[in-house]
Amino acid sequence: MMPFMPFMPVVLWTDALIFLLAAMILAGAWHIKKWPHLMLPWQRVARSSIGMVSLLVLSLFVWVGLLDTLHYRAALPEKNNGQTVYSAEVVSVLDTLANGLKTRTEKTYSAPLAVYLYAKESMEKPDGKVLRDYPRLRFGGAHLVNIERDWLGDVVQKTVLGAAAGLLFGLMLAGVVWKIFTRLQTQKQPPTLSSTRKDNPSLALLIATLVLATFIGAVAYLSSFYHVLGTDKVGQDVLYLSLKSIRTGLVIGTITTLVMLPFALLLGIAAGYFRGWVDDVIQYIYTVLSSIPGVLLIAAAVLMMQVVIEMHPEWFDTSAARADVRLFALCLILGVTSWTGLCRLLRGETLKLREMEYIQAAQAFGVSSTRIITRHIVPNVMHIVLIAVVMEFSSLVLAEAVLSYVGVGVDPSTMSFGTLINAARLELGREPMVWWTLVAAFGFMLTLVLAANLFADVVRDAFDPRLNRTE
Amino acid sequence: MIAYLIRRILYAFPILIGVNLLTFFLFFVVNTPDDMARMQLGMKRVTPEAIEKWKQQNGYDKPLMLNVQAAGVGKISDTVFFEKSIRMFVFDFGFSNDGRNIAREIETRMLPSLVIALPTFVVGLLLYITFALLMTLFRGTVLDILGVATCVFLMSISGLFYIIGGQFLAGKLWHWVPISGYAGGVDSLKFILLPVLIGVVGGLGASGRWYRTIFLEEIGKDYVRTARAKGLSELRVLFGHVLKNAMIPILTGVVVVIPALFMGSLLTESFFGIPGLGSYTIDAIQAQDFGVVRAMVFLGSVLYIVGLVLTDISYTLVDPRVRLQ
Repeated sequence: MMPFMPFMPVVLWTDALIFLLAAMILAGAWHIKKWPHLMLPWQRVARSSIGMVSLLVLSLFVWVGLLDTLHYRAALPEKNNGQTVYSAEVVSVLDTLANGLKTRTEKTYSAPLAVYLYAKESMEKPDGKVLRDYPRLRFGGAHLVNIERDWLGDVVQKTVLGAAAGLLFGLMLAGVVWKIFTRLQTQKQPPTLSSTRKDNPSLALLIATLVLATFIGAVAYLSSFYHVLGTDKVGQDVLYLSLKSIRTGLVIGTITTLVMLPFALLLGIAAGYFRGWVDDVIQYIYTVLSSIPGVLLIAAAVLMMQVVIEMHPEWFDTSAARADVRLFALCLILGVTSWTGLCRLLRGETLKLREMEYIQAAQAFGVSSTRIITRHIVPNVMHIVLIAVVMEFSSLVLAEAVLSYVGVGVDPSTMSFGTLINAARLELGREPMVWWTLVAAFGFMLTLVLAANLFADVVRDAFDPRLNRTE
Repeated sequence: MIAYLIRRILYAFPILIGVNLLTFFLFFVVNTPDDMARMQLGMKRVTPEAIEKWKQQNGYDKPLMLNVQAAGVGKISDTVFFEKSIRMFVFDFGFSNDGRNIAREIETRMLPSLVIALPTFVVGLLLYITFALLMTLFRGTVLDILGVATCVFLMSISGLFYIIGGQFLAGKLWHWVPISGYAGGVDSLKFILLPVLIGVVGGLGASGRWYRTIFLEEIGKDYVRTARAKGLSELRVLFGHVLKNAMIPILTGVVVVIPALFMGSLLTESFFGIPGLGSYTIDAIQAQDFGVVRAMVFLGSVLYIVGLVLTDISYTLVDPRVRLQ
């Protein structure tokens, strides 16, 4: 018999791939650490203020996404013949941490920081009269007694308190990191030229940390009393929906590249290295794929995938698993349709590399093709792969929203920026306007994509061999 | 040149056959026509007779690729693959689910798509190149940094935001133009103004930065130094020399999309209610009308291949050293 566990871990398809990806990144980082020539471009990234600040913002998003990836099913209090029964609802650690946000739902729309509901309702007064007015929210600002007098003061006070707590936390964090950092620094060589330059990434990082900590502190404290970003049609907190959307965006941006890479690497290098009929066949395949308009190919594939999923409801035990398979299938489709660009780049680079003397020498020594490719070609095209991957990420996050609008995106029950925008765009026509869902979705998306774009630029500059450097 | 063109056109056929095989595989092998019928008629409690009737009405009741019962050429021609895919080569797209001729529908919808897409393309191209040349002119200064920062910011914003925001500001708040709709003739001007503006602004970030990179690459070359040494002003160097020499990379990215302008823009058209091919495609996707989607995939591929050929021809126009053989 199974021992009692308060929860049952659930690993969905995309969860497993995210864990795989995280493991790959860690292994890659460990490998890079061993070799100074591999470290060099990353040190250039680390010396850039923009690079470090955007990395900090990105890592915040990644943390939210990772917390949202640890899924489980909670045990129900009642037992069935001594067997523990688990809830059918799959929740994540993020859900548990933000449980307050998740459960404090109102009846329908309410504006950010509002105390009253968006729509008027008929209410019975204690004296029996029926009055039509905006009812108080169940949770937003429920602690206030005299709203007219206290609301503004309360909001300001809570913002300042939260901000102060956040700032304090940020300072402590910065202090600890500084301690560790200086201890590590003393073992290394004395400060090099970079520390005398104008660009000071440590200072930028410190300021960014403090600003972010203050901001997050204020929002976090406020959000336990108010709906900071308002509520949506069924009364769910928009801040919670936005946080949940982050994972979907990250999954699409990263898993897609994970799917795309083997195709692009294998086919691109094979075409460039073996030439002849292999090259012809591979070129034919990617010309066919790239000649179909991207959205249409994706739409066609997604439509087919939907039919397959509809036809086989027996494959999925929970609705979360079903939505997750759809998300995974979307990543697969996006990956299979988007490898052509990178493949062409890699083919061109391999064509160039195979004429190099060291590869000719290896061939003359009778080294096998597989070995030449793995030892000599793959490491020398990795910078192209890396640049392509980071550049692709932001466009994939943006593409998700468009695909959801077209109706070939994620499952409607999956929270994503696309589904948020899609639901919110019709609400703009209301009077007074319901703008907060849209603003929240676009705001989160802009922050994520902007950070990714800035980081991608820094990475590209650091890895691009064409740039002349004096180091 | 003529021989080259003929070869390119012949080369297009295997690619189009590949496209057809791929869509055929997606639409008929991954899912059988039975699945499609069930999807169209509602998932539950569909009688086999109803499915057979639907298949017959829509021409899906034949064997997929090889008709063993038919005689002679009929073995190949009397199949779903021939009827639905090979016929597309003569632009016979069959009928949509609501019984309309897809080819005729495409004909009438091309014009509205073009009315929006062409001005967006021309105005955009001129604006982006000018903007990029200005950034190149002021390279390394605060203006350049500001320009690049603006580009990165603009390209980080979702395309949906430009449309929704633009509609809200210009249509609802300031009442400049109608929020959406379309009319033929001179009346169309007020309807196309906003979509064109939004299309141009939406592309500014990515394109401006892309052209700037191209120009910066050119500006480090020797002929630029020679031109400066001759005493030419920086403006003359940029517009007279750099722009001309940057034509090849610019054309590579630009010419290939010109034929695709016929296809229209999915998002713009559906948000602005323009009866073009873009909104046609979106409607078909949402109604799961696979006949229309297949037709649009084929049309898109044809236009892409035409674009590739046009690109090669355009090289010979701007660079006399390029000869097509």
